[in-house]
Amino acid sequence: MKRLWSQITASVLVNSIYQMKNYPVVLINTALSPISFLVLIFLVSDGALLGESILGGLIMAMFQGGIALQSDLSHLKNDFKLQDIVVSSPTNSRVYVAGMALSEIVYSSPALIILSILFVLTIHVSFLQIIGIVLILLMVFLSSVALSFALSTISTDIVQSHSFSRLITILFTSLAPVYYPVSLIPEALQPLAYLSPTTYAAQIAQHLAGLTQVSSEMFIFDWLVLLTFTTIFLWVGFRKARWRDI
Amino acid sequence: MNAGELRCVNLGKIYEGNNEALSSVNLNIPTKGIFSIIGRNGAGKTTLIRILATLLEPSSGSATINGLDIMEDADELRKKMAVVPQEGRPIPWLTPLQTVSSYLMWRGDSYRVSRRKADEALAMVELQEVSNRLNYKLSGGMRRKTLLAMVLASDAEIIFLDEPTTGLDPISRQVIWDLLIDIGKERFLFLTTHYLEEAEAVADSIGIFDEGSLLALGNMDDLRAGMRYQYSVKVSSDIDTSMIEGIVLKSHDEQSQILTTREEAMSLSNMLISQGVQFSMNPVTLDDIFYNIAGRDIDNDYEEYGGGRM
Ligand SMILES: Nc1ncnc2c1ncn2[C@@H]1O[C@H](COP(=O)(O)OP(=O)(O)OP(=O)(O)O)[C@@H](O)[C@H]1O
Ligand SMILES: [Mg+2]
Repeated sequence: MKRLWSQITASVLVNSIYQMKNYPVVLINTALSPISFLVLIFLVSDGALLGESILGGLIMAMFQGGIALQSDLSHLKNDFKLQDIVVSSPTNSRVYVAGMALSEIVYSSPALIILSILFVLTIHVSFLQIIGIVLILLMVFLSSVALSFALSTISTDIVQSHSFSRLITILFTSLAPVYYPVSLIPEALQPLAYLSPTTYAAQIAQHLAGLTQVSSEMFIFDWLVLLTFTTIFLWVGFRKARWRDI
Repeated sequence: MNAGELRCVNLGKIYEGNNEALSSVNLNIPTKGIFSIIGRNGAGKTTLIRILATLLEPSSGSATINGLDIMEDADELRKKMAVVPQEGRPIPWLTPLQTVSSYLMWRGDSYRVSRRKADEALAMVELQEVSNRLNYKLSGGMRRKTLLAMVLASDAEIIFLDEPTTGLDPISRQVIWDLLIDIGKERFLFLTTHYLEEAEAVADSIGIFDEGSLLALGNMDDLRAGMRYQYSVKVSSDIDTSMIEGIVLKSHDEQSQILTTREEAMSLSNMLISQGVQFSMNPVTLDDIFYNIAGRDIDNDYEEYGGGRM
């Protein structure tokens, strides 16, 4: 158990704490990106969509954390051969990914803390609803972590890995209505939005927070879809990941 | 029992695109002391090291280290081994101390213990002065040493080093050699190198690789014993070599090197002394052996090289 803790801490230290300590500029960057969107949506909607955009910011922060894992792991693997160094150590792939994933949360903690404070100040929900929202954030995070890990182990250089990241980000965050209700998207384009798990996550979160409401059938359906996405991503992620090269 | 040895049986690797990097390697060496493989670029050294270090799957054959199979018992092996990859680089935003200590934490040491061990190992490679400087501010040689400190600080009994001294100055190289020799007294070091003098200086036994095959194996005496001509005579002036049994190599600076038998070398040197010609006579070096085994134009005599094979 102690050993496991050390192994996880090693990843968190290397991929976030030491980085933040030695290059403080990265802190500003991670805090800024989810919040800038929030400010934009808040201004455009005249404050009407504040709740939605705070939730969207949280979902984005979690999702981007997962995606960032992809480029971080590829970078560490291809440019520093860190994967070779770790594979040939007692740390296994699950522990390595768990530590690295945690490091992404630590890394996004400035944004997460600001958003959580805003959330508590503006949205009044019960404890149970908060649990539900946290669960959703976790599922979004797990999906993107699993996908990221698989892609990073397959990547051979940074250019390839950047294209992977861009692709996922476009598919799952730019196209998906995360910061606003799906009803704001032109009807013809709505089916596209439903291809992304983040759409379902946002819908559940908005419903739970007492913002945009959906029918109870839709609510259950959203949960099922999100669970399915998460399971598939986790399964594919760990099956397709190439810990030992072939 | 297979304990105490590294054994490869018909180990082969074909990369995607039908690129054969290893062809049926059979190797059987004790896992103590220092073993070095030498070979030209593309000989398959890295491929072999990565397969043995459980980083790459072989296409055929099998290998065991101390009785543990590299495929089946990988988890068990990984507790006992450590690797410095050929192109490994310390992460730029860490310091050497952070690099070594986080590695030790991945190996299971606590934060406190890892810091202490890291300090000791960095002192061993003479990096204590820069142990808190960011890695990107270190020289290339210091970075190499940081990676070495990482595995030296670990409790791994089996250490793979892929070209550990590339990019080091001659003095640093000597420091590392001394260190490797020290480590080799207690643990098993498996290293690759292009520097023949390095293999000769540190290794207890040497494998010569070319085109994915092991061509010769053994300690220097074994390798020498496998040569038909075990002596090398170097002469700087032009002499008549037509009567001498052996191989005559002419270098671009008019030097002649004659590889020959002990008896021939003796009589040749007597002759050169009586003529007052300057010369040197030595047992063949690893260079001579290597060029004769893996050289482009292999002499027929040497193609049947069989010395020291196990
Ligand atoms: N990932 C790969 N995919 C395809 N071919 C590869 C790959 N890695 C190595 N090879 C090929 O395998 C052969 C052996 O390469 P390897 O890296 O093992 O050589 P090496 O002896 O370590 O060379 P060097 O001294 O240059 O490091 C080469 O022909 C190389 O092109
Ligand atoms: Mg190599």
